[in-house]
Amino acid sequence: MSRLDWQQATVTAIRPETPRVKTFTLALPAFTPHLAGQHYDLRLTAEGGYQAERSYSVASPPEQTGEIELTVELIADGEVSGYLFEGVAVGDLLAVRGPIGGYFVWPGAAGAAPLLLVGGGSGVVPLMAMLRHRQRVGLRVPALLLLVVRTPEDAIYHAELEAMAQADPAFTLVLSYTRQAPAGWAGYQRRPDAPMLAEVLARLPPSPQCYVCGPTGLVETVANTLQASGLPPTAILTERFGPTGR
Amino acid sequence: MADFFVNKGFRPRRQSNPQLPPGQYETTDFPVLTAGPTPRIALSQWEFRLEGLVEEPVKWSWDEFNKLPMQDFNPDIHCVTKWSKFNTRWRGVSVDTLLEHVRLKPEAQFVTEFSYGGYTTNLPLADLRGGKGFVGLQFEGEPLAPEHGGPARLVVPHLYFWKSAKWVQGLRFTAQDEPGFWERAGYSMRGDPWKEQRYLDDDEDAGTGAIRL
Repeated sequence: MSRLDWQQATVTAIRPETPRVKTFTLALPAFTPHLAGQHYDLRLTAEGGYQAERSYSVASPPEQTGEIELTVELIADGEVSGYLFEGVAVGDLLAVRGPIGGYFVWPGAAGAAPLLLVGGGSGVVPLMAMLRHRQRVGLRVPALLLLVVRTPEDAIYHAELEAMAQADPAFTLVLSYTRQAPAGWAGYQRRPDAPMLAEVLARLPPSPQCYVCGPTGLVETVANTLQASGLPPTAILTERFGPTGR
Repeated sequence: MADFFVNKGFRPRRQSNPQLPPGQYETTDFPVLTAGPTPRIALSQWEFRLEGLVEEPVKWSWDEFNKLPMQDFNPDIHCVTKWSKFNTRWRGVSVDTLLEHVRLKPEAQFVTEFSYGGYTTNLPLADLRGGKGFVGLQFEGEPLAPEHGGPARLVVPHLYFWKSAKWVQGLRFTAQDEPGFWERAGYSMRGDPWKEQRYLDDDEDAGTGAIRL
């Protein structure tokens, strides 16, 4: 079958990440290894034939074969995310097709350029697939994730990222809290700006490949600032989540 | 493969709307989707060109372009990432008006829209003629913002919106349908939302194409 045919995936696990974010593990009858950063389309069908489709980034690395993990943020009044949060249990079937998208991807070969990842909120999901892929393959390419969240409880994958940074001196995790920081926090407490991006760039070898994913405002600022700092536009890849979510 | 099975308990939260193509939902926002940084083009440097299979290429400066006859249009727009936005308010120049300034060679059947920043997208010439394609300069009564493709973008509302190149610099007329940026990555050559032609596999002649993602 073509990987763009719909297939019936089975939900094998549901893991809460934050109060508004859950990760769904889906076993696929026909698994195609994806590139880190690609997404799947998910389709719901109601009695009477009404259908709703959304796209969700794959959070798991391609090395995790036979299944994918989709991390879904609950959108206010979200037709699809609302059903996934309230109506779906382990053992249920979901129609998906993929992997899709050939642009916002990190092939992650040995000798790749240093990796600068900037994620806002649930924009971290495709970046997490890149980091997990890097870890699973054992790539040592220097990598830095700047994760921008409103409050500590909005930091998806926080424990796993901290553990990754502890275990791997070539990976740096930098957090910025825009609304409320943890007690005693000495790090960033603002939206990304030119000084912050200059500081994170200084912690990587020169000429990184940059992946920026999050709400439009963050992506605009970060991509424009990185370009103004002298990086070529081709080294800056962006994926924007509109306020309506994905 | 069973294409249709019912997700137990799933009910539409939105009214079904005959204006909405399959798989789309309505939004009142104007989400931004771009693959890289937003290009900034100084109006003094801006130009718009018609080239390729024409007897004489033509180009306009910003001032010249703004003197062309303009019209208002209020399309529904449909993005391949599933959102649709109804009754948007634009002002710009019809592609029909631009085509009065060139003589097309008879073999010109397709168009590549090309943009500042390097974006391209392809479509049949017929999809730009007869009041179907515009160069939009104003959105909701204001100059078009850079993140939405300003100073000027193509607006081809009857196709998915990636066929409406932001930061457009010109149209190149070709004899063959030459895949653009997203099309080379596996997206549809035509992109008709009513036929849900999102990907190459959805095209009516799918299976003959050499490109697989």
